[in-house]
Amino acid sequence: MALPAQKQTATEALLSSLHLPEAGCTRAAREAALARLREMGVPGRRDEYWKYTRPDSLITPDAPRAATFAAGEPMMFDAVDRLKIVFVDGVFDPEASDPLELEGVQIERIEDICCKDIHWAKDLYGVLEARGHTPVPRPLAALNTAFAADGVAIHVTGTPSKPISLIYQHASETSDAILHHVIRVESGAAVTVLENGPAASRFNKCMEIDIADGGTLHHVRAQGRDHERRAVTHMFTRLGEGSVYKSFTLTVNGVLTRNEQVVELTGDDAVAHVAGACVGDGDFHHDDTVFITHDAVGCESRQVFKKVLRNGATGVFQGKILVKPGAQKTDGYQISQSLLLDDDSQFLAKPELEIYADDVACSHGSTSGAIDETALFYLRSRGVPLKEATDLLTLAFLAEAVDEIEDKSLADDIVSRLEGWLARRS
Amino acid sequence: MLTINNLHVKLEEEDKQILKGVDLTVEAGKVHAIMGPNGSGKSTLSYVLSGRDGYEVTEGSAQLEGVDLLEMEPEERAAAGLFLAFQYPVEIPGVGNMTFLRTALNAQRKARGEEELSAADFLKQVRTKAKALKIDADMLKRPVNVGFSGGEKKRNEILQMAMLEPKMCILDETDSGLDVDAMKLVAEGVNALRDAGRGFLVITHYQRLLDHIKPDVVHIMADGRIVKTGGPELALEVENNGYADILAEVN
Repeated sequence: MALPAQKQTATEALLSSLHLPEAGCTRAAREAALARLREMGVPGRRDEYWKYTRPDSLITPDAPRAATFAAGEPMMFDAVDRLKIVFVDGVFDPEASDPLELEGVQIERIEDICCKDIHWAKDLYGVLEARGHTPVPRPLAALNTAFAADGVAIHVTGTPSKPISLIYQHASETSDAILHHVIRVESGAAVTVLENGPAASRFNKCMEIDIADGGTLHHVRAQGRDHERRAVTHMFTRLGEGSVYKSFTLTVNGVLTRNEQVVELTGDDAVAHVAGACVGDGDFHHDDTVFITHDAVGCESRQVFKKVLRNGATGVFQGKILVKPGAQKTDGYQISQSLLLDDDSQFLAKPELEIYADDVACSHGSTSGAIDETALFYLRSRGVPLKEATDLLTLAFLAEAVDEIEDKSLADDIVSRLEGWLARRS
Repeated sequence: MLTINNLHVKLEEEDKQILKGVDLTVEAGKVHAIMGPNGSGKSTLSYVLSGRDGYEVTEGSAQLEGVDLLEMEPEERAAAGLFLAFQYPVEIPGVGNMTFLRTALNAQRKARGEEELSAADFLKQVRTKAKALKIDADMLKRPVNVGFSGGEKKRNEILQMAMLEPKMCILDETDSGLDVDAMKLVAEGVNALRDAGRGFLVITHYQRLLDHIKPDVVHIMADGRIVKTGGPELALEVENNGYADILAEVN
């Protein structure tokens, strides 16, 4: 079907500024992704899936200017013993990174695997992304697969002793970065992946994760204080039997952030938890879009998203659980809540369930409200000052999402960031 | 200790006068009880004294040790030594009971210019006091009042009172929702805190709480005023004859 003229024009305008990288073994995947993108067209405001978030600034040929992050401030996870992989404006920086060596895992740059004929990543790069367009197109992910300039392929065959930490640095005020990572967790292997840092003025990041039977991947991400950034991220995850995927994202400020999670539970008894805590102030716009497909028996999925919004900030949640025929004993849970600290902020939520099996337990809830005045008075009547009481209740509101992080020290790090955010606002 | 003069209060949202000239003085070391029919303004009095929003004082004053309570924020009143045990203690999901107690205690100490209590000292105190109220370690760890039974919530109020060591304690229908054993436990907790420097104002519908917490003075409140004041025998009179006789006599 031909695209509407407006969409066609916008798509070609964007494509005219991009060039397919010289890419050996990912070339075919990139060309296929480009074809998909041409067929879908870039997102527009009339697309139902972009009803609550304006995609305009994500599809202009040039990235809108964004101030770089003030240097010298302590970064997330600084105290964590981890293997650091650093990207500056979307380009791997070997000087700033640790040697890509760690027992139980092989890490290569996407660029380096491109020249190999046979490589496991060939069967993953662009594959989960391609599967992720049914039933909803995700053109910015196809764009990513086609044009990603860098990224890493992480092959987890054992249990590495420390987390793999992807660190993004922002150096140029007009940087337009596209990164694509692929991760394969082999049967019984387990890894923790961290992501943090302001990446670029505009950041399009895609991660494809394939977890084999009995494998485990924990993901903790912090999207930080680089307020003018625009980011669109996709995580495509496929889970085998008895495997576990737990992902948590902290988002603090940012004029535009859209985080999509597309999860497929394809093996029996797999577990997928995706969670997010976000705090936004002023012209902040944050969108969590989640699509979880249950396609096996006895799987569990949880979506826990909490947003604190003030001074006219906007939060969006679009979350769906699809239970396919035969996916019996599915246990699906979804909660999205916002705490609106004033009347100007808004929360737009679209929770969805679509169920084709008859023996399932699925629940979803979405609420939006102000701080609990009764609880506030209770705290104050015990001597806790107003500001402190408000902060305590705000953190308590976010706690259900933060509790999804299994590693206590990482969770503490996230909480201290949130406390910092609250402290800066009096 | 607590001096209330000619206190008039109306609801902010609707033009409804609730308190119509309350006069009351609670001396240090004494337990005063307020009884009265539903809607007489007992709970309103407790909320106004502790600083809850939604009430407007139109006339009169309330002082704690000579300091004007009505000008202070709720947290300032707490730091000055006022404590209200809630009729309906509030559940706060996500805030651990211990964190709550410690935050409150240290906030008050800080407001009074005292040093914060060390974690070890705090733990020691809270354990001893919780034990006396039969509050187990699990209740201390759980979020404030979440999933607590009615009795547990009231015991938790008394634990807060014991930890914060206020000068003036107001107990708003602390006996409501309690079985006999729980009431005894709560009363013991209150009695343990009775001393020469501390005043109590016990709001209740029933004599039975006053069997366990012996009052020095009993007031009857009706239609926003204290209409009669007497000794403990007044509570017995209410128990035996209801309020009708007293109200008829006053009118």
